Amino acid sequence: MANLVRRLILTLPLLLLGAVAYAEESIVLASTTSTDQSGLFGFMLPKFEAKTGIKVKVVALGTGQALDTGRRGDADVLLVHDRPAEDKFVAEGFGVERRDVMYNDFIVVGPKADPARLKQTKDVVEGFKRLAAGTAPFVSRGDKSGTNAAELRFWKDAGIDPKGWSGYKEAGSGMGPTLNMSAAMGAYTLADRGTWLSFKNRQDLEIVLEGDKRLFNPYGVMLVNPAKHPHVKSAAGMKFIEWITSPEGQAVIADYKINGEQLFFPGAKP
Amino acid sequence: MFPIRLADVSFMPDGRNVLSGVNLEIADEGITTVLGPNGSGKTVLLRLVAGLLAPHAGSVHWNGGTVPAAGIAMVFQQPILLRTSVLHNAALGLKPLGLPRRERQRRALGVLERVGLAHRAEDSARRLSGGERQRLALARAWLMQPRLLLLDEPTAALDPTATEAVEQIIRSIRTDGARILMTTHNLGQAMRISDDIVFLAGGCVRERTPANRFFSRPQSPEARLFIQGELPWRISFDD
Amino acid sequence: MADTLIEALALLLHLDPQVLVIVWLSFRVGIAAVTLATLIGLPLGAFVAVARFPGRDALTVFLNAMMGLPSVVVGVIVYLLLSRSGPLGSFGLLFSPPAMILAQTILVVPLMAALTRQIVEDAWRDYAQEFRSMRYSLADNVGTLLYDCRFSLVVALLAGMGRSMSEVGAVMIVGGNIEGFTRTMTTAIALETAKGDLPLSIALGIVLIAVVLALNTAAFGLRRWAMRRYG
Repeated sequence: MANLVRRLILTLPLLLLGAVAYAEESIVLASTTSTDQSGLFGFMLPKFEAKTGIKVKVVALGTGQALDTGRRGDADVLLVHDRPAEDKFVAEGFGVERRDVMYNDFIVVGPKADPARLKQTKDVVEGFKRLAAGTAPFVSRGDKSGTNAAELRFWKDAGIDPKGWSGYKEAGSGMGPTLNMSAAMGAYTLADRGTWLSFKNRQDLEIVLEGDKRLFNPYGVMLVNPAKHPHVKSAAGMKFIEWITSPEGQAVIADYKINGEQLFFPGAKP
Repeated sequence: MFPIRLADVSFMPDGRNVLSGVNLEIADEGITTVLGPNGSGKTVLLRLVAGLLAPHAGSVHWNGGTVPAAGIAMVFQQPILLRTSVLHNAALGLKPLGLPRRERQRRALGVLERVGLAHRAEDSARRLSGGERQRLALARAWLMQPRLLLLDEPTAALDPTATEAVEQIIRSIRTDGARILMTTHNLGQAMRISDDIVFLAGGCVRERTPANRFFSRPQSPEARLFIQGELPWRISFDD
Repeated sequence: MADTLIEALALLLHLDPQVLVIVWLSFRVGIAAVTLATLIGLPLGAFVAVARFPGRDALTVFLNAMMGLPSVVVGVIVYLLLSRSGPLGSFGLLFSPPAMILAQTILVVPLMAALTRQIVEDAWRDYAQEFRSMRYSLADNVGTLLYDCRFSLVVALLAGMGRSMSEVGAVMIVGGNIEGFTRTMTTAIALETAKGDLPLSIALGIVLIAVVLALNTAAFGLRRWAMRRYG
């Protein structure tokens, strides 16, 4: 009896590890938390899987972290939204086959009462200037994400160093927690429309500024360079890239709606 | 292993004189009882013989060698019982031999029968009574087939019936060929069992006499007082 | 608040498949990690309790200190080890359950070893003389002590299980919180709360608390039973 128990105990870890080995083909997609939390992947990927039999494992990080994951070769495909950083990534030789996929826009959300009077302008840089002139706080993601990168560009364009302003709060977190914090503090923040539409804890927040062309937020997809990391699943990865930029994939993107509102707009060049 | 010689042995932990200047030779014969009042150093003496303690002064030799001999089994005053069955506890001494489990159990059952505990073999050892525990400890020691068996106050906490049973077992072990060195402060027991007596008082060996002579004609004044039941705590004698 | 709670309970009562997959993964990772940690930690702890060697005290302090190892630190270290750019990258284990099991094993081993050391040392104090007189080898001592202390050690094992299932930092970093693949109860709670989707968070939280309570009840019951049976 004791022998049996002993043998069971020794084989148990093997059983549990082995049960995890998946026979099906899969790729690792590193993307951003905002994209993941919008629910797009949950909607889109089952269709890809059904068509190709390839399972897509999404690791959701900030854009900076996602690119870093690609740099180390820990992902096969990247889908992020920070064009300058993406271009740099390709130029450094870490990414290949970069393509436009889709776009959405950023919005500025803030308390309904709008003490900084952003509702009265459609100019995002003007809006940021008004924020710095007031006392209502602003929460920044502060996490090297695409959203964060865009936000910093706006401060720069407004000629303001946000760290010198007392109302600037750097959260160091994803879009969801940042929105949570803004809602709790009655603060303003820059968000992507996708996350905002699926965010359930709005409390007193609403959209206070939108529509400026500079709030345009394009997404790019690319393959991690197999020349740098030979183990990258290039065939399966390319299948995904081809699909998501094909008319079929693009239609799926356009189909994704929350409460009847479309989150992402097809942006692939035919 | 024999003879075991203690030469001028002193044991002084933290400066306390537990044993001083002890000279003793243990040859391979019979049952020797170390008799003496509480605190006279009997337990320490046994441990020195077993090689579990090293003297602070003097030396202990086992047949001329300085390595404690194999074949010594010791039963402590409060025998250790594991949280397992009586059978398993009895067989503990066999563990270093690496015998297969079946063989260990067979032998253990055999010795349990000789001490009258075979019917309790599967019971939890810690549920035994005081007398049964002592018999189990003896069984364990017996199973190791020792050439020298050391017993530290084997019946100190037992009632007369249990004491009788234990003494019977001790005699059987003796018959099996083991040399026995035991301690006690029970005069009657010493009288019943021993072949010779080592009388220890105040950390010194006061005398060593064959049992049949010790009780009628003790040679040391301390022994005389002890037998009369009048030995004072502080030992200082002028004669 | 009340609606959220009701929604959470509904998820649980309907055995929502999403919840089940997450709970099952948590158990798989937890059990595997604790099993490995036990196989390593128990003999290690017993050895440190019984053996005498130079540096024994330093090792004891080290094990005790490692019990408080922050999980995110372990997460980062394992991440760097398993990354394709790292020394063990060729195994391709990052962002998978084996990576999570590895990280949690590293976290739990010091706990198991330190607890074992304490438990065995207490017993050893009582048994040392007797075992010495029976000429036990180091292996004899370790084996017998571990067996005799088995009930206290199972309690230590349950403690390890509790630590493993409550952990979030390391498994988040090395697992990647991939849906349906490396998402455990704790990482799911972190994610859903961040998204502001509380019913699922609370449902999982209820399961987690229930598991921890069950483990502690089992530990308590076991000790009671063992006391009565073996004294």
